[in-house]
Amino acid sequence: MKIPYYPGCTLKAQGLGFETSAIASAKAVDIEMMELQRWNCCGTVFSLASDDLMHYIAPIRNFIRVQEAGYDKVVTLCSMCYNTMKRANLLVKNDSEKLKTLNDFMYREEDYKGNVEIVHLLELLRDEIGFETISKKVIRKFNELKVAPYYGCMLTRPKEVGIDDWEEPQIMENLITALGAEVVDDPMRGECCGAYHTVNSKDLVAERTRMIVTSAKNRGADIIVLSCPLCEFNLGTRQKDTIEIYSDFSGIPVLYFTQLMALALGMGKEVCRFDLHYVDPRPLLIEKGIIEEGEEKNAR
Amino acid sequence: MYLKLSVKNTESDFVKKIEEISGENLMKCNQCGKCSAGCPSVSRMESLPNQVIRRVQLGDESVLEDDTIWLCASCFTCAVRCPKGVDLSKVMEALRLLTLRKNVNYTQIEKIPRDELEVLPPIALVSNFRKMTS
Amino acid sequence: MPDKVKTKMIRVHIMGKEHLVPEGLTIMKAMEYAGYRFIRGAGCRAGFCGACGTVYRLKGDYKLYFELACQSAAIDGMSLTQLPFVPANKATYTVRLIKETGNPILKFYPEVARCVSCNTCTKACPQQLEVMDYIQAALKNDIEKAAKLSFDCIQCGLCAIRCPAEIAQYHVGQLARRVYGKFVKKSNQLNKRLNETNKGKFNSELDELMKMDKAAIKQKYTERDLESLAKKK
Repeated sequence: MKIPYYPGCTLKAQGLGFETSAIASAKAVDIEMMELQRWNCCGTVFSLASDDLMHYIAPIRNFIRVQEAGYDKVVTLCSMCYNTMKRANLLVKNDSEKLKTLNDFMYREEDYKGNVEIVHLLELLRDEIGFETISKKVIRKFNELKVAPYYGCMLTRPKEVGIDDWEEPQIMENLITALGAEVVDDPMRGECCGAYHTVNSKDLVAERTRMIVTSAKNRGADIIVLSCPLCEFNLGTRQKDTIEIYSDFSGIPVLYFTQLMALALGMGKEVCRFDLHYVDPRPLLIEKGIIEEGEEKNAR
Repeated sequence: MYLKLSVKNTESDFVKKIEEISGENLMKCNQCGKCSAGCPSVSRMESLPNQVIRRVQLGDESVLEDDTIWLCASCFTCAVRCPKGVDLSKVMEALRLLTLRKNVNYTQIEKIPRDELEVLPPIALVSNFRKMTS
Repeated sequence: MPDKVKTKMIRVHIMGKEHLVPEGLTIMKAMEYAGYRFIRGAGCRAGFCGACGTVYRLKGDYKLYFELACQSAAIDGMSLTQLPFVPANKATYTVRLIKETGNPILKFYPEVARCVSCNTCTKACPQQLEVMDYIQAALKNDIEKAAKLSFDCIQCGLCAIRCPAEIAQYHVGQLARRVYGKFVKKSNQLNKRLNETNKGKFNSELDELMKMDKAAIKQKYTERDLESLAKKK
């Protein structure tokens, strides 16, 4: 299947490996993700004020881009983009007056008709492809690699936009199992990482990172996988600041679920961009016999 | 803390404004405390999330000076767990907006160190500035 | 006796005061006709310097329009003001020291992350640039796109005064173009010319100029032959 793809800002910067691994592994299971030619930042957070239309412009403008391209569905990877765009879409679908005001404001664009759906790649894998089909395409053995899924906030909350149950989600667990890795049952998988407080309260984020990463680690996890570049930054890159504050803390690698998928489907360094992660997962993957030393250079 | 209770305060312009911006009925809250139990930032808050909503119900405007509303991370844990269906994340946003709409920012963008700006991803800056600057 | 050619007069409102001016003048000439004298807010009078930004509305039309006063004609019923200068924070940086890692735009102009994609900047641009698109490109670290889309910017600042996120777009574009020249596409011609200069290719000509007095330099400048220079190339 062919589907337009909305990347979001960070997938073109620090989260580049999320995008490249997603596009490659989606292709391996017959999903062709085509990046929208023109798109803007979605705003990353949904405005929660009833009288604030200004902050709905950015997500709705992106839906106009999908409509212009002649599609009624768009896929995204970043949990925050997914959440913001889905909520904005729901809002205008249920409130024609607000949609009209927004359309009038964006008079240079064609009117958004409210007919575009936004889906997360995880939903496509579960509902369109099926985890069974994916498991049949697995080439690489994970040798009992223990993986803790981390949902954070935006994939499952609030209820009306969640891709799975908001307290007991299973979608990432099922994907990890299908890919042949071992799932670690971690009660902290839906706890907030501290989100945007990373800008002005690094210590608040360090407290969260310590709690979430240590919980996964204590339950035997070798790595954490997730779907949000802000969670990746807070749970991964901020491990540096966490160690500075809590000297007893020691971390584990944090990867995107698509990197695990790319590995399982036989791809390597070119699409995974492990070099962009603060905690380099390669030593662990080599130790586990998942990749060979130097292998990631030519594997594809 | 001393707070004068009066019916007049519970129907003040402040209470009405918060209900209007948030779209939530504050009186639905019966103080069960589930929001505070699940809140990720609660360890640092002067007032607990359930206390914030109580203070707004009573028309206590000094809640705006409390750091609690700025420690909320909009994670929606309170929103999905509230047995009365009150979306506290929207109330927190309304309280922040009362300050932001006076052109007062919580995040001082010009004070973020440049070496931090080199590592912070766009997603962190965009979300922070949307929640904490006007 | 020949008929006197009657020039049609139009009404323009300049900063709230009505004036009758002949039809067909530029806004700048119309203002001068009405008695205004430009000390600031006029430069090249050819659409390049960006000093004469004008904001106006037309009769019965809610929209704001943005033009350069030297480049667009006065219209009957228009109500206008000049915006010769826009206060904007300009980051100080040394291009030589800018690193390729991270996003150099967000480092010096973090407020770019406040963009709400409202497109008001694009609507305000007298050069018809896609200002919002280059700001969005800068946000996602697409330096090449930001540099190319902002290339024709004349730094009038009208985008910056309209922006609800208080971004100074034109300075952001300038930084993007500088970073582009440094990392993305280095200019071969520039390097070639720098090499030649460093090797002393132009020393004798420069020495000759240095020896001349002011009058001789003036004469040389007035008599310079641009045509033959172009042909030589």
